[in-house]
Amino acid sequence: MSQSPPTRPSGRPGPLPLGAALTAGVLILIPLVGLAIVPVYSRETPELWGFPFFYWYQFLWVILASLCTFSAYVVVTRARRGSR
Amino acid sequence: MSAPASGGVLASSGVLASGGVHGVELGVVIFFFVLVTVGGFAAARWKRPASMSSLDEWGLGGRGFGTVITWFLLGGDLYTAYTFVAVPAAMFATGAVSGFFAVPYTIVAYPIIFVFLPRLWSVAHRHGYVTPADFVRGRYDSRLLALAIAITGIVATMPYIALQLVGIQAVLDSMGLGGSGGWFIRDLPIIIAFAVLAAYTYSSGLRAPALIAFVKDTLIYIVIVVAIVYIGVKIGFGDMFHSAKAALAKPGPTGAPVGAFVTSKPTYWAYGTLAFGSALALFMYPHSVTGVLSGKSRNTIRRNAAVLPIYSLMLAFLALLGYAALAKHTSVIGQDGKPNTQLAVPHFFDQVFPSWFAGVAFAAIAIGALVPAAIMSIAAANLFTRNVYREFFVRDASPKHEATVSKIVSLVVKFGALLFVLGMDRQNAINFQLLGGVWILQTIVSIVAGLYTRWFHRWALLIGWAAAIVYGTVVAYHQAGATTKHFGSSLAYFPWTHTKLYIAATALVLNVVVSVVLTIVFRLVRLPSGSDATTPDDYYSDSPDPAVAATAEREIAGAEPGVV
Repeated sequence: MSQSPPTRPSGRPGPLPLGAALTAGVLILIPLVGLAIVPVYSRETPELWGFPFFYWYQFLWVILASLCTFSAYVVVTRARRGSR
Repeated sequence: MSAPASGGVLASSGVLASGGVHGVELGVVIFFFVLVTVGGFAAARWKRPASMSSLDEWGLGGRGFGTVITWFLLGGDLYTAYTFVAVPAAMFATGAVSGFFAVPYTIVAYPIIFVFLPRLWSVAHRHGYVTPADFVRGRYDSRLLALAIAITGIVATMPYIALQLVGIQAVLDSMGLGGSGGWFIRDLPIIIAFAVLAAYTYSSGLRAPALIAFVKDTLIYIVIVVAIVYIGVKIGFGDMFHSAKAALAKPGPTGAPVGAFVTSKPTYWAYGTLAFGSALALFMYPHSVTGVLSGKSRNTIRRNAAVLPIYSLMLAFLALLGYAALAKHTSVIGQDGKPNTQLAVPHFFDQVFPSWFAGVAFAAIAIGALVPAAIMSIAAANLFTRNVYREFFVRDASPKHEATVSKIVSLVVKFGALLFVLGMDRQNAINFQLLGGVWILQTIVSIVAGLYTRWFHRWALLIGWAAAIVYGTVVAYHQAGATTKHFGSSLAYFPWTHTKLYIAATALVLNVVVSVVLTIVFRLVRLPSGSDATTPDDYYSDSPDPAVAATAEREIAGAEPGVV
């Protein structure tokens, strides 16, 4: 039932280089930590444009998380391109 | 808990109190409904498949969707009546904890999927896997574990589809339909809508919702931008938050405040586990996996993880509409004369917008419910066909046979969803989705851990899954709500503590503990752990390998390996 593993043609992507993997990992971790710390952002002040802190803080993370994920995408894509 | 804060102000908005069908709104909704119906049927010819008679074509749209279509499809898939009706309704009724958690949930979901979904995409493409259970079958060599994953997916999807029905119903009710008459007259519009949906899903498969998602998202974005401008100009965000805070602080029937404006010490864990639990569960749902696997390349997934949060911004603003409704003292009295918080957003639109634009908003909500309902039923049907029907009943089913079975099952699943609508408290529709989450999250150990390691033993995973499913279901069953004795809340005390957590998270802890302990035991007694159809290389691949895919197809079909 087990198959012999197919040989890897040169140029097929493998695991990421360690540096790129770590950078991407940290970028991914930032928004997770930012939103996991519920007690820290559970407050009403300071307000921004009428938004209590609790709300604008989380709105802000929509954008920050997107930037982090996009940066991770760039890091991963560059590393893949470089490894070929 | 029912209609908090609206007590003294119900009379003030006379717009909705009277019966009668809202002609202009209904006309606009019917116009858009006809438009998407025509589009749904025409979708069969989109990107011209040679034949619709295989699961790859019917169920995955030929696996050829690029970044843009995948973005619309996933957006159409993930942002559902849950977003447009249930989340603002929860904000309206009980405030931040049970409503606004959806914002961090849909933010953290993307970094998480960025990490592991490309691996799933690669291994699925390499081996021709259509469902997550296919992967588990190949990875762990266990038909039983794959069956458990498949059944969980099918059952967890049903309350989610039911939530879409509740959303459509809220719109219909707001237009003055369904107030009087017997149950048949009352539910006739929704039956018609669902029958039409079923028909074009049947004929066009995944292409139908992918095409309709364009219409849906365009409408939603227009509506949300207009609503935000309205709130900013006419109410003011500061005033909106102040009114909402005051309304949520009023004492409810039990004397405690009806809601929470921001989280506090007793609810930190609830908020966090609801957000992270839902985020982890999101991409375990068969319909999200379907959306992901229909992508053209590994990078389609990664790019989408970076741009999909734009929808989360929309969700955050939509959630605030619940507060806007509080500020405008929107009435939530339905056609049946009873308060129903699901009506908060539709009634708000009806109250503040001209009829024709309220009609556009209603169309957006209704179509926004139909698209995911279609994708969910397709995904659940794929699961049944691949992992139950073909695995246990007809092992040599041809691709055409498979597609036929899937089409029929997609109909059955839609009607299963109706049972949830009838059996559960519609007031608290957000629980429909959260209950599904309790179940689906338990598949994460097999699937996500499996993408990285073969360390877990298949039987340990199966027993861990079973323990968590039983625990989660029993605990959820015992949660009383405002109007129901069972399945009334998705939060429960973590054992031996006085802290409430999302039940799915507690069950997942149990799941992991059991899986780890039993894996160690089973490895010590050298219980056979089966073979692994995948190789480390498969998890990075960017293109399907014809030879491997053909072998995997035969293995899944149960044919003798080596026989061509």
